Amino acid sequence: MSSLTIKDLRKSYGEVEVLTDINLEADSGEFIALVGPSGCGKSTLLSIIAGLESVTSGEVKIEDRLVNNDAPKDRDIAMVFQSYALYPTMTVRENMTFGMECRNIPKAEQKDTVARVADLLQIGPLLDRKPSQLSGGQRQRVAMGRALVRDPKLFLFDEPLSNLDAKLRIEMRSEIKKLHNRVGKTTVYVTHDQVEAMTLASRIAVMFKGVLQQYDTPKEIYERPRNKFVAGFMGSPTMNFLNAKVVQSDAGFGVTIDGGDGTILPLPADHTANLAAGQSVIFGVRPEHFNPVHAHRGDTSARMKVLVDMVEPTGAETILMTTVAGQDVVASVEPDDAPKEGETIELAINMSKVCLFDPSTELRLSA
Amino acid sequence: MADTSTHEQFDPLATGGMRRRITSKGIVYGALSVFALIYIAPLLIILLNTLRPLEDIVRTGFIALPDAETMTLRYWGEAWGSFCIGGTCEGVSRFYKNSLLMTIPATILSTMIGLLNGYILSKWRFRYDGLIFGLITLGVFMPQQMTLLPWAFVLGKLGLSNTIAGLVFVHTVQGISFTTLFCRNYFVSIPDDLIKAARIDGAGFWRIFRRIILPLSPPIVIVTVIWQFTGIWNEFLFGTVFTSGGNQPITSAIVAFSGSGTGERHYNIEAAAVIMAALPPLFIYIAGGKYFVRGLTQGAVK
Ligand SMILES: Nc1ncnc2c1ncn2[C@@H]1O[C@H](COP(=O)(O)OP(=O)(O)O)[C@@H](O)[C@H]1O
Ligand SMILES: [Mg+2]
Repeated sequence: MSSLTIKDLRKSYGEVEVLTDINLEADSGEFIALVGPSGCGKSTLLSIIAGLESVTSGEVKIEDRLVNNDAPKDRDIAMVFQSYALYPTMTVRENMTFGMECRNIPKAEQKDTVARVADLLQIGPLLDRKPSQLSGGQRQRVAMGRALVRDPKLFLFDEPLSNLDAKLRIEMRSEIKKLHNRVGKTTVYVTHDQVEAMTLASRIAVMFKGVLQQYDTPKEIYERPRNKFVAGFMGSPTMNFLNAKVVQSDAGFGVTIDGGDGTILPLPADHTANLAAGQSVIFGVRPEHFNPVHAHRGDTSARMKVLVDMVEPTGAETILMTTVAGQDVVASVEPDDAPKEGETIELAINMSKVCLFDPSTELRLSA
Repeated sequence: MADTSTHEQFDPLATGGMRRRITSKGIVYGALSVFALIYIAPLLIILLNTLRPLEDIVRTGFIALPDAETMTLRYWGEAWGSFCIGGTCEGVSRFYKNSLLMTIPATILSTMIGLLNGYILSKWRFRYDGLIFGLITLGVFMPQQMTLLPWAFVLGKLGLSNTIAGLVFVHTVQGISFTTLFCRNYFVSIPDDLIKAARIDGAGFWRIFRRIILPLSPPIVIVTVIWQFTGIWNEFLFGTVFTSGGNQPITSAIVAFSGSGTGERHYNIEAAAVIMAALPPLFIYIAGGKYFVRGLTQGAVK
């Protein structure tokens, strides 16, 4: 059964359309991430699901019931805000019981529920404090606690971790994942952080400028991005985009980098549907799919000579800022394989992982 | 007095040569003392005159120290309870009561309406909300004299001419412009997410007002109460124009009996009455002035 369905949704503020033709559904118990750069309409979409904003046209269904005109309280949802939105004059306990109080739930039951959730999130000792007396991480927990005290059909999260420092963010990320596994509720999770989306979600909806670019599993999104935007947005450091031409030889299709020395980078046979010789393409390679030839263990038939401008060790991997024929190439390599700045080296490319994009439509070309 | 400092004091005269420090401090303190004297002098003169018999004032003029032998506090008593104004010998006490009966309800009503207006205008979107806010705050900039005729007409129609209730009504409505402006500008700093969270929690318009907005409001309530109380208490044009005789607030009554022109002027009693009339706003300001400045400069949620 699908738990959330969004059909042909549009939203405009006056003349400005901020969401265009959104179609999305989430199965029961699924964890959906809405990801995209700031201002792309993620929060607006979440607010529409919550009923805090009206739709301009289209349908929102929760468990197959049309809720377009239902008030937020009638949609059976719970939401965690980026700012946490804890009521500043109430204690943690009052923050958690406020919703139950509004729904006229008996005091005894309120008490049991708070105890259960406080136990789950380990916030028992904080119950009588005011939000101003809590640390960022504690506020975050309380905000989740306030959502968990009800048993909603849908959990909505709007960038819940973006106000935490890096270490805490990673901790809370895994807690959210554990919590979701435990509670098993359908969740829509907004983030601008592609790592969060990749690690948490069963499916990711990538948005840009109010348009849903791709809605798929993390693996599909990463390996087979539908267009150049999705390819560039997911992954860090970001995918390299090189201007190139398709060439055909006895060995099959390949590409040559524009302005380069004409070396042919042979494409695997399953990448060559819809290609024509001489065609201009954008050649997309992720940084981790480069490897210095001297260290490469697999097939090294696709090689590229690059000039190393800068070497950035991060510990686990070393990032190389290089150029080939005036185009920038970022590669990430094993620290032990790293060359020196100013060296010219040969990089082997894992051609089975590359993507080709049409320069004008920016859609991915090969299958 | 009101403590307005919200940060550690910065002292620009703390460094430099000894000579420079002494001269510059001398100049600062000298100038401030002169101005302080100018401000305090009228109050001091009035205060001293309340203690002096009339003959003494007539003989030596207003600006003189009281004579130790004739100095007395009885003019305060007379001003309060037995001085004859317009044929009634009850002093200013009954006008004092009028002023309280006018100021307290008008302050409470205009503050409550301002809180509600501010909440609606800052937290709920509706058609023409900006226009309505503009029109309400237009009242802040409207000269009082312009409203005299319309008010006279309205009070006449409502049968509230020459009543304290009429003045309460006028001051409440006039005050809404200010209280709405203050409260709305204060409430915009309350994050909208709080309202959204409360709506998801199932709270409606009134519950959000009662449980979320009002508990955050004390600083701005103090501001509007001080502002409204002092403004309405000290106001005298409406009181003079719309009421007469025993229904006047104290400000108008003092003007009426001191400016009546007939008979002998009782400067000492008038002086005592004037100081009495000035006490409530002064008291309110001393009690709440600290919060007044804080409320104006501080957002709702830190
Ligand atoms: N109430 C509003 N009125 C007009 N424009 C709005 C309003 N709310 C959001 N927008 C616009 O809609 C776009 C999407 O905003 P938002 O959903 O907050 O983006 P995101 O959460 O992805 O950063 C932005 O360009 C924003 O300026
Ligand atoms: Mg957002």
